[in-house]
This record gives sequence, structure tokens and C-alpha cells, in this order.
Amino acid sequence: MTYRLGIDVGGTNTDAVILDINDRVVSKSKRPTSEDVSSGIREAVEAVLDESAIDPHSIVHSMLGTTHATNAIVERRGLSKVGVIRLCAPSGLGIPPFLEWPKDIIPHLGRHFQLVKGGYEYNGVPISLPDRDEIRSALETLHEEQIQALAVSCVFSPVNNDHELLVREIAEEIFGKGFPVSLSSEIGSIGILERENATILNAAILKIASSAYGSFQNVLRAHGVTANLFITQNDGTLMSVDYARLYPVFTIASGPTNSLRGAAFLSGLTDAIVVDVGGTTTDVGILKNGFPRESSTAVEIGGVRTNFRMPDLISIGLGGGSLVYTDGEEVQVGPESVGYRITKDALVFGGKTRTATDIAVAAGMADLGDPGRIKDLERGLVDKASSRIREMVEVVIDRMKTTSEDMPVITVGGGSILLPDRLKGASEVIKPENLEVANAIGAAISQISGSIDGVFDVAAKGRDAVIAEVKEAALGEAIKAGADAQTVEIVDLEEIPLAYLPSNAVRFRVKAVGKLKKG
Amino acid sequence: MDESRGRAMRFLKIDDIDQLAIGAAVLGSGGGGDPYLGRLMAKEAMIEKGDVRLIDVDEVPDEELVIPSAMMGAPAVMLEKLPNGNEPQAAFKAVESFFGKKAFATMSIEAGGINSCIPVYTAARLGLPLVDVDGMGRAFPEIPMVTFSLGGVKASPMVCCDEKGNKVILETINNAWIETLSRTVTVAMGLSSMIGLYVMDGKTLKKYGVRGTISLAIEIGRRILSANRQKESPVDSILELTKGYSLFEGKVTDVQRDLTTGFVRGNALFEGIDRYRGTGFRLDFQNENLVGLLDGKPCAMVPDLITVLDRETGSPITTEHLRYGQRVVIIGMPCAPIWRSEAGLKQVGPRYFKYDIDYEPIETLMERRRV
Repeated sequence: MTYRLGIDVGGTNTDAVILDINDRVVSKSKRPTSEDVSSGIREAVEAVLDESAIDPHSIVHSMLGTTHATNAIVERRGLSKVGVIRLCAPSGLGIPPFLEWPKDIIPHLGRHFQLVKGGYEYNGVPISLPDRDEIRSALETLHEEQIQALAVSCVFSPVNNDHELLVREIAEEIFGKGFPVSLSSEIGSIGILERENATILNAAILKIASSAYGSFQNVLRAHGVTANLFITQNDGTLMSVDYARLYPVFTIASGPTNSLRGAAFLSGLTDAIVVDVGGTTTDVGILKNGFPRESSTAVEIGGVRTNFRMPDLISIGLGGGSLVYTDGEEVQVGPESVGYRITKDALVFGGKTRTATDIAVAAGMADLGDPGRIKDLERGLVDKASSRIREMVEVVIDRMKTTSEDMPVITVGGGSILLPDRLKGASEVIKPENLEVANAIGAAISQISGSIDGVFDVAAKGRDAVIAEVKEAALGEAIKAGADAQTVEIVDLEEIPLAYLPSNAVRFRVKAVGKLKKG
Repeated sequence: MDESRGRAMRFLKIDDIDQLAIGAAVLGSGGGGDPYLGRLMAKEAMIEKGDVRLIDVDEVPDEELVIPSAMMGAPAVMLEKLPNGNEPQAAFKAVESFFGKKAFATMSIEAGGINSCIPVYTAARLGLPLVDVDGMGRAFPEIPMVTFSLGGVKASPMVCCDEKGNKVILETINNAWIETLSRTVTVAMGLSSMIGLYVMDGKTLKKYGVRGTISLAIEIGRRILSANRQKESPVDSILELTKGYSLFEGKVTDVQRDLTTGFVRGNALFEGIDRYRGTGFRLDFQNENLVGLLDGKPCAMVPDLITVLDRETGSPITTEHLRYGQRVVIIGMPCAPIWRSEAGLKQVGPRYFKYDIDYEPIETLMERRRV
């Protein structure tokens, strides 16, 4: 028998699960997330290994979802000094990099940038040709400014990245091999400022992410788990740890993605609303074809605008630890919360704070702690608080929907006990088994992807032949990355005609996804 | 004669830009798009060149030249190939040599989107004052839909400039040719250009401009942002300022869009909440909001302004961002009086947009609703 290990490092808890070859949960654990992250992982992994009593060597894949990179950006911690080269002149000089960035992050990154000739028009014609000497001297200036990582952006580099590659080649001569360089064409899509911002953030967290992933791998090895480590990314697929070291910014939204994917797996549904109730907040997202619906607007990370597509979520201040208080006749729940102190502070656990969890126990929806401690709670208060909680969730469910039709609602997360079995707008409310470790399960069942992004001449070969060719190439990439050839399929094909070009050039972005090869 | 004597000088500062962008979106009546790039350009120019002087229309001498400025092109390209910074200078030089006269000031064509902030950018770059005026008092989908057209002002001569320093002056026989030729030039420039058009003198501007649009937009934006900080609703305060009306409160239940015509045509349906429970609202749009119907009866129509605001924050929601489940307040505001003239309604009234209804001012419709 072979197994898979899934780990999710959340803000409050680190969860781990072991799944067998048939995706059944063999063991699960939940431990507090530690300051250094690694020891929380160690404890959660020790617990699942002990409980399952399996041979660690029979774990063939381990998958980790972590918001380590996001936290580094949000908390301005361990960031590297970044130098920026933008190939754009004569365009772009009017809007330099770092404009409208939060003031408190600038001292951590410095504000080092050089704008040089290069870049393309929308149709691939160069705006101007890059000048090696100019690039060399710009890089030397950044070298003197003692930058620790380099971010390179270029106008329309998603259409053609030759100019960015040239900078990487010259940077190697000046900074030496192994110096961290991030290219915007490898990070994002059209919209130079957002793409450049994401590239700068990626460069800034390369060092801290690399060392964190290294230590996570060591924790696993120390427990005899020698399987290759994969890191989960924003779109719900996996990166090898070596790849994640180069593109840590792709993990920033992996937390909610894992929760949504876990909910899909546990419920067996592909189209549903997912309500993830934690200790302090409730996140509501929506599943379409088994994957999270993505937001249409620009997403900020730590106050920096990027064009990443993230799961479309609405968060409200409601969780198991939310305070319940009266305001005249009204009863309010949250947004203040006792958070991780719930197991000490809530009334049912012998504490002195009236929380949403106490209300759920009093209403007979959950069997937790000592119900004797809440027998004095007024019936009227319990009823009002219960309906308040239900209404809060129902309003968000309605806001997430795209039509007025009822949809299935899946609840996950430890705070699911707060929710009744019926909700307005829900065709049914599903509380699946193992819902408290949905994120770790989401990580464990992640698939692996391969993608192709390039400009092709459809006039010469014909559109159908080119599409067949790029599909084949994407499938090949996924298989090369470790996907099972039997399960790979094309999940995304974007065709972007580069108008006004006589050659009929079309940009194709194709993504193939498959299950990890077993064993 | 010094017409500015006795008047306190007023300057736009960097902090005014966010307010201007939000307030202009309220006046934009659902149109104009994302002001992000315009906001950034204005701020960057002000960091480099300093504050921008805002002047009243009456401070522009009759014979002096005002050049409105704007950007034209594909939004996706404008967000990729950013400006050089010298385009306004090149554009204005070209127009000035055409007329043999220096520009006295610049101004906005419309409220809403990127082009509410571009004139601030131009003013800062060139050290010119910005006139507190525009040509719509709102946003409209087509170039000729400006109040200046009512005064016979032509879009031609128009200038297009790119980031490389190329500039083209178009002198055409009518506004339709301006549209055709400026599109061709903009494509050749890489789908983005800085433009100047509807050049006019102070005398014409005084007669046909929509006065006070910039300061009104800034004040609306200021009220929204400050109400957000206090966690209060800015709606009543906006209505008081704009002499507007609350038309409806409800939830979006359906949005339909048709992109085939090159415009975003469609409609949104709303279901009433609180005091509007049991009623329904329908909002028709073509880029901008055109007609609002409460239970099937028109309660506001173009050229009066109809804007959808987020019920909690009061932030304007443009037509492309309307979606199911949003809780909103729909407000209506009277348009600039000049649009209510016969010529004005012929150009932008409901019949122009293929509605078989006669224009009725929002004040009349609201009075009838009250009875």
C-alpha cells in the first residue's frame, strides 16, 4: 500500500492528513501553528504518522499548502532588497515602478529601478531595440546599490519575452550565476504595473521562501518521509519544491483554494457554494467545475496591486470564537473573537466569554465541552443569536451566487457547528465527514499541471493544426511534471489573436492538468 | 483686466486625486471604466511638478485658448504601454502652432474613468491651470456628445501624440471623419494616443461648458471617503450636494449584456429591500445608464444622471461591474440645464438612444411619484 501526506499551514492551526491509494482518510491531526512554522508541521506530521502507524517510506507524495510567502509580504518580514529593470523606453518613463506602493514596505525593498530601451507594441513589433551597453550599465548601478534580487519587466513581454531573457543573460555576467532573477513574463499577464509589482514581490520573497521550503523538507525527511515535496499553488495544482523556490508568489492564495478543493472532494460535488467557518472568520467561495471561481478585479497583496487571479471570496467576521453580545434588543455576533483561545475562554470550556460556539451548544447543534456551564443562557438570547448567525451567512451566500437559483452549500472548517442544516438559498446543506481538515485534504488531492504559452503563426499550418499541436505540448508538459498520462486533460485554452498583424499570429495559453502518478 | 482678482487661488493637491476619481465615477452615470491609470499619471506628474491650479470658467479671458485633453485607445494596451510623460507637451505645441497662439489652460471632456484625471496630469506636466468645467457633466458613449457641439464647436482640429514623439494633426470636414481618422492614427501609434480636441476660446467655453464639474466631483469623492472612515452612509450627503434623488434600494437579481455593437448594451434587474420591498427596478444601459424604471414606470432618464452606489460604502458601481447579489442604492441627479434644450435632447435624449418616450426631467417624475 502507498500513501499520500497532505499538510496545510493556516494562521491558527496546522493540519495534516494521510490518504491511502483510494483517497480514503487514514489519519488526521490538527496542531497549533508555531511561530517558526516548522515545529507546528513537525507536531502535526508526528501525530498522523503515530495514529496511522504506517511506514513513512510508503508515503510516495507529500503536499504542503502554506501561506508563508503571503505572511512575509503582509508582515514585511525577511524581504530582500530588489532592483528593477524595466524595458520600455521611450514609453513608460512617465510612470516609474513602486508608484502607489504602501509607504511601510518601501524601506524593506529599497526603491532601486532603471528604465531602459526595449519592449514591444501589442503586435510584437519592438517599441525600440534593447541596447546591451545600456542594460549593462543599468545593472552595474543596481549592483553598486547592493540589491539582493533582480526583477525584470518589459512592455508586452507576455507576447514576446526575448528582451527579458537578454537582461537575465547579462545579469548573470554581472551578478554571477545563481543570483535570484525574476522575469515578469514568467509571473503574470497583460497589465505591466500589476505584473511588475507581482514580479518585484516574487523577487523579494525568493530567499525567505527558499529557506522555509528547505526546512519543511528537512522536517519531513527527519521523520522518514523521503517522498518528493510538492507545494500547492493559487490555481489548486502543485509545484515541485524546486519550482516553488523560484516562484513563491504563486502560493499566495493557496489557502482558500485548498479549502474549496477539499470541499469539492469531500462532498463529491463540482458546482456548489463553500462556507469555510474558522475561529474568527468565515470565507464563502464558489466552486465551478470543481475549481474555485476566480475574482474579476485586481487583487492586492499586502497593499500592493497585482493581477493575480484569486478565488473569489467574501470574508465576514464570524467564527467559532466570535463574541456574542447584546445591543439593546439586538444581538450581535462578532467580528471580535477569542480566536485560538476558544478552548480556554468559551463558557463550555470553563472560560468566561460568551462565544458563538456556546450558542451552538445551547441550541443543541453541537455537543462540546460541558453543557452544564451554559444552562443559564436565556432562551431568547440563544434564539436571536442563532438567527443572527444564520442571516449573516445567508446574506453572503446570496451575494456569491450568480443567479437566484438555489445551490448546494458545503460547510467546512472547525466552526461548521455554528451552521444549521437548512439555509435560505441552499438546495441542501452538506456537512461532509472530515470537514475540519478540508484544507489539508485539498492539498493532498491537488493535481499537477503543465502549460504552454506562446505566439504561433496560424496562417502557415492552419488553426486546427496549431491548436492540436499546443494541446499536445501542454499534455506533454504535465506528464513531464509527474502527471499520470491516463488522467491528463486540457482545462484551459485561451486564444488571443494579435490583431492587425499580416502574419496571423495568435497567442495561445494552454493548461493541462492530471493526477499525480501513483507510486 | 485681472478677472481673478478678489478670488482665493485654489490648488489641486495629490490627495484630491482619489476623491476626484471616485466623484467623477458618481457623475459618470455607470460609464467611464477604471480610472486607475489616470489616477496614477496625475499623481506622478504632481509629485514631479507640484500642485495644479484650478480656475473658474470666468477666469479664462474671452479670447484665450483652452485645449481639452484626453487619452484614446484600447484599455488593455493603455495598461501595458505606459506614457512617456512628454506627450502633453508635444500635443499642445502642435495645437498652439496650428492656431499661432499659446494655450491658456486645459480641461476635461467628460466625467468618469481615466479621462477625469488625464487633464490634471496634462495641467501638472505643462504648468497650466485646469478649468473647473467639462463638456458633459457626466459621461456619454460618443465623441460628439458634448455640450460644445450645441454651440457649433467642432472636434477638429484634433491632435494625436504617441510616446515616441510622433504627432498628427487632423483637420476634418465633420466629427464623423474625426472619429474615423483618429482611430486609424491611434491604431498605427500602437493602439494608444494622447489627444487634444474641441479647442475653443474662453468666450465659447463660458457659454457652453458645464461649470464646476471638477470641484463637484472632488467634493462628492471627499464625502464618500470621509463617510467610509466614519462608517456612515454618504448617500444623503451626495443627494443634498447634487440636488439628486434616491430612486431605489435593492439587490441585483439579473444582469444582461450584449457586446456585439461595440458598446456594452444591456439591462440590470433589481428586487427591492427595506422600504422598497415588494417592488422591482429595471436599469437600461449602453456603456452609461440610460433609463430607470420602477415597477415598469420610468423614474429617471437620459440625459439626467443615474448612478448605482454600493449600499454600504456608497462607492459607485460602473455598468461592467454590476453583478447578481450586490446590495445597492440607485440615485438620480438632474443633468446640466443645457442638455434639456431642444437641441440638447435631440443629441442625447431618450429618443436618440431609440427609446419611444419623451424626455421628462427627474424633478417632474419624482414629483409625480410622490403624489
